[in-house]
Amino acid sequence: MSQAVIQFKDVVKSFGKQIILDRVNLTIPAGKTTVIAGPSGQGKSVTMKLILGLLRPDSGQILVGGQDISKMRAKALNGVRTKFGVLFQGSALLDSLTVFANVALPLEERTKLGSEEIRAKVLATLAQLGLTGHEGKYPAQLSGGMRKRVGLARALMLHPEIMLFDEPTTGLDPENSLEIYKLFLETQEKFGYTSVIVSHDIPKVFNLADQVILVNKGKFSTFASPEDIQQSELPEIQAFVQYTMGKLYLSREME
Amino acid sequence: MIRYLEKIGRNTIWFLEDTGRMGSFLVLGLGGIFKRPFRFSATIRQVRLIGANSFWVIFFIAGFTGMVLGLQGFYTLRKFGSEGLLGSAVSLSLIRELGPVLTALMVTGRAGSAMCAEIGIMRNSEQLDALECMAIDPFRYLITPKFLATLISVPILTLYFNVVGIFGGYLAGCGLLGVNPGAYWSGMEQSVVNQDINMGIIKSFVFALVIVWVCAGRGYFVHVIRGAGFGAEGVSKVTTQAVVLSSIAILICDYLLTAILL
Repeated sequence: MSQAVIQFKDVVKSFGKQIILDRVNLTIPAGKTTVIAGPSGQGKSVTMKLILGLLRPDSGQILVGGQDISKMRAKALNGVRTKFGVLFQGSALLDSLTVFANVALPLEERTKLGSEEIRAKVLATLAQLGLTGHEGKYPAQLSGGMRKRVGLARALMLHPEIMLFDEPTTGLDPENSLEIYKLFLETQEKFGYTSVIVSHDIPKVFNLADQVILVNKGKFSTFASPEDIQQSELPEIQAFVQYTMGKLYLSREME
Repeated sequence: MIRYLEKIGRNTIWFLEDTGRMGSFLVLGLGGIFKRPFRFSATIRQVRLIGANSFWVIFFIAGFTGMVLGLQGFYTLRKFGSEGLLGSAVSLSLIRELGPVLTALMVTGRAGSAMCAEIGIMRNSEQLDALECMAIDPFRYLITPKFLATLISVPILTLYFNVVGIFGGYLAGCGLLGVNPGAYWSGMEQSVVNQDINMGIIKSFVFALVIVWVCAGRGYFVHVIRGAGFGAEGVSKVTTQAVVLSSIAILICDYLLTAILL
């Protein structure tokens, strides 16, 4: 397995009396696609926020590129965050800014590029993602699928080493979901980023995965491939497979 | 009994947590003013939203407040045969008290509530998280320009309130009730001293800080404020809370500052 880019060591996170992550260990290898899947409300989004340092664990270590971010100060954390690009579940575009201004934001704030260069880069990225002609619109004027594409464009502007996708296809119709997956494959090939996809779009999202981490009732189990999940003999995993993938996934395999 | 003690303990812990959060918010918001590069255009945009857009509201409130003061002052002073003191009565009440307080309450209602709702919605829709993930400091990008703009706008609006109010008093007293204009202006000139103006300006700075601290802070922490709820309801509750808290804090600060500065 290639080098680990993100590692959780005995991470515990609770909200009040509810323990969300209970001594979780996981490894995300560099340059690969890891899918974190499982039913809603089991700690998938919390895991993502922990990776980004938006939440701090109660105990344990979170290593990003070998550095422990769990107790890191804000300034150093900002340095680590420059490695990340994030596509949020609701896209999280700044709704008072136009599409152009949203995508230009990381360049304006984090680089010393002139306005002409920024303009050229933004327009080129928007064109790659099929958003030409929409740069003057506001997020509220876009469809869900387009908002996701703008979010992806913004996340890719600074060529991140690691891309995090939080439920990238939630709320999208099948056609738009497929479009997002296609864009994901294209951009990953082009930029070569490590990707972490948090999703409950099972089994479709498994087609992208090099590694799958299943989250079920606070337990994280890592599998090298979707097939391994099905072959697992652990009763809780079998129950999970039956419950989440059921006949749909089995019939795909038989084809 | 134990349950009662538990409740007191929980409330105390929450109060301390909240105080700590708001304290660090104040430090980071104010500290951002001294960080470079200075966000000039964002600050100017906020000055327009908080200050310039309040022009007409303050004009009408100040005008009618001055006119009411002129009217009430005239009938009260006439009982003692000293209508000539109307100018000093109107100007002192405006410059020392009503100007700073009413301006601050108006800005709280108009701009403070908007500020709280805007930041609250940004928090709820993960926009603030997105900024942090892009390694863009939300304080420098969003909060500090609001701090600076409020600190610039409120004192200027207060001075403007005083001027319009004094003319309102003149209109009611001299224009409608027949007070001698010369007595009105000279009364004002003789009674208002620098200390009165300084007091008004100091108050307006403190009130500006209270408004932006409380309103922006409540919006920023909408997700952790106990009992606020989630989503749109959370934002609406926290906005109401921010306006009420800020208004009460302004009146408490007003009393304390008056007691110290008089």
